[in-house]
Amino acid sequence: MSTIAVGGINRTALFYQSVIGKKVIMAVTGFILSGFVLGHMIGNLQVFAGPEKFNAYAAFLQGLGPMLWVARIALLAAVGLHIAMAVQLTLLKLDARPQAYVKKSALVSTYAARTMIWSGPIVAAFLIYHLLHLTTGHAHPDFKPGDVYANFITGFKNPAVALFYMVANILLAFHLYHGVWSMFQSLGVSHPRYTPILKRLAQLYGIVIGLGNVAMPMAVLTGILTL
Amino acid sequence: MKLTLNIWRQKGPNHPGRMVKYEMPNVDEHMSFLEMLDVLNEDLIHKGEEPVTFEHDCREGICGCCGFMINGLPHGPQRGTTVCQLHMRQFHDGEELWIEPFRAKAFPVLKDLMVDRGSFDRIIAAGGYVSVNTGCFVDGNAIPIEKQNAEMAMDAAACIGCGACVASCPNASASLFTAAKIAHLGLLPQGQAERDRRAVRMVAQMMEESFGYCTNTGECEALCPKGVKIENIARMNRDYLKAAITYREESAPAGGS
Ligand code: HEM
Ligand code: FES
Repeated sequence: MSTIAVGGINRTALFYQSVIGKKVIMAVTGFILSGFVLGHMIGNLQVFAGPEKFNAYAAFLQGLGPMLWVARIALLAAVGLHIAMAVQLTLLKLDARPQAYVKKSALVSTYAARTMIWSGPIVAAFLIYHLLHLTTGHAHPDFKPGDVYANFITGFKNPAVALFYMVANILLAFHLYHGVWSMFQSLGVSHPRYTPILKRLAQLYGIVIGLGNVAMPMAVLTGILTL
Repeated sequence: MKLTLNIWRQKGPNHPGRMVKYEMPNVDEHMSFLEMLDVLNEDLIHKGEEPVTFEHDCREGICGCCGFMINGLPHGPQRGTTVCQLHMRQFHDGEELWIEPFRAKAFPVLKDLMVDRGSFDRIIAAGGYVSVNTGCFVDGNAIPIEKQNAEMAMDAAACIGCGACVASCPNASASLFTAAKIAHLGLLPQGQAERDRRAVRMVAQMMEESFGYCTNTGECEALCPKGVKIENIARMNRDYLKAAITYREESAPAGGS
């Protein structure tokens, strides 16, 4: 009877090769990244408190020294793993239905859930630009190291740049709208009492991140924040 | 009532298929969907054409044989219903319907609307069972089972293996089907002995069969004719996670040294 029996197996390989193991990696890295984007947003909203407060916050982060690098490396590793899993799982999915339906309807799945694989990579592209723009300054026309507030204002004075930031953050909001609940389900957390609440909280999480992050370039564009 | 049907016609596994249009001038609203196709087939036979192949057996919604897509939904528009239990009163006069087989690499089309769901059998064979030793039988009710667990196991066991979950899933994942069996047996005392092995092997087989992965969209749960819940998928993930950490494959072949 053992044509289908699994032979001697390596535990790590077993976990990593399985769709569930990959989703668990995706969920854990997604959890780290979601936590980061919330902290990142709250920190940056201090821009509304004026240049002194904002630049002091930036200086505080820079002053963390080695701790800053620990956080950066952890985040990069999380992004790397998250993307690697996304690519592998997407390849599996493309292979799983070689012939498409002539007609296919969706009943309950949200737009956000069905477009994770689009919102994700666009956010990734934005991430690279964002780092070159406001962290290293390579993609910034008038970058002044240390004057984070000025870089922020001059950066968003360009409407095309501000628009790209807003679009990318709306997509990030979509990603979280589904992802923040999805990660719990992937990790096996589900209960009829808590799941509906968790879904609502995840949607709220996405919306809050979206609104907060869109508010900043918007404030520069509309002249609420100036130099 | 009058209906226009676009039906996927495909001669065999390695033939290309296409949509063919059929006019149904006289459909009775009391017919089931399959009876409506029987009428069409009768007609096709009289004309000397090849009838439309579709699977069916019980026609009372319990065997899981029937199933195809109607307007992009497995088993058609009525929730909690297999296509054999779907009645024509769910449609309106003059409607145009699109009828095609479930589509997944693991469900190759055999002919027209009939697909090979042997992949499901192989997932079950990989671990969806409990081993029972022969000998004296055990008294009924000798093994206490918590009421809530018995009910959850029963709900998961309602799966008839029709494949609508795979068909509705944007990723052609068999997670709901596999999870239903893992949850059904994992919730009962009889299923504990093989619980870890079951999770590991069934999940491995699910991948082996080229099913996709779960992105928690919830489509399967909404379309399952038996209302099997995706809570079971979370349970499968838990069982799998635990098994991946603690599971030991037997070092000797079963029954051996
Ligand atoms: C700041 C960046 C990001 C955050 C906060 C984030 C967050 C999340 C979370 C929480 C999940 C749910 C995990 C699960 O369902 O188990 C997820 C899933 C996913 N992410 Fe991301 N992600 C980010 C970036 C990306 C990038 C760059 C990509 C693509 C290259 C991506 C692609 C995906 C895909 C394909 C899924 C799976 C969707 C699913 O299974 O439903 N994500 N993400
Ligand atoms: S024919 Fe048995 S369930 Fe439809």
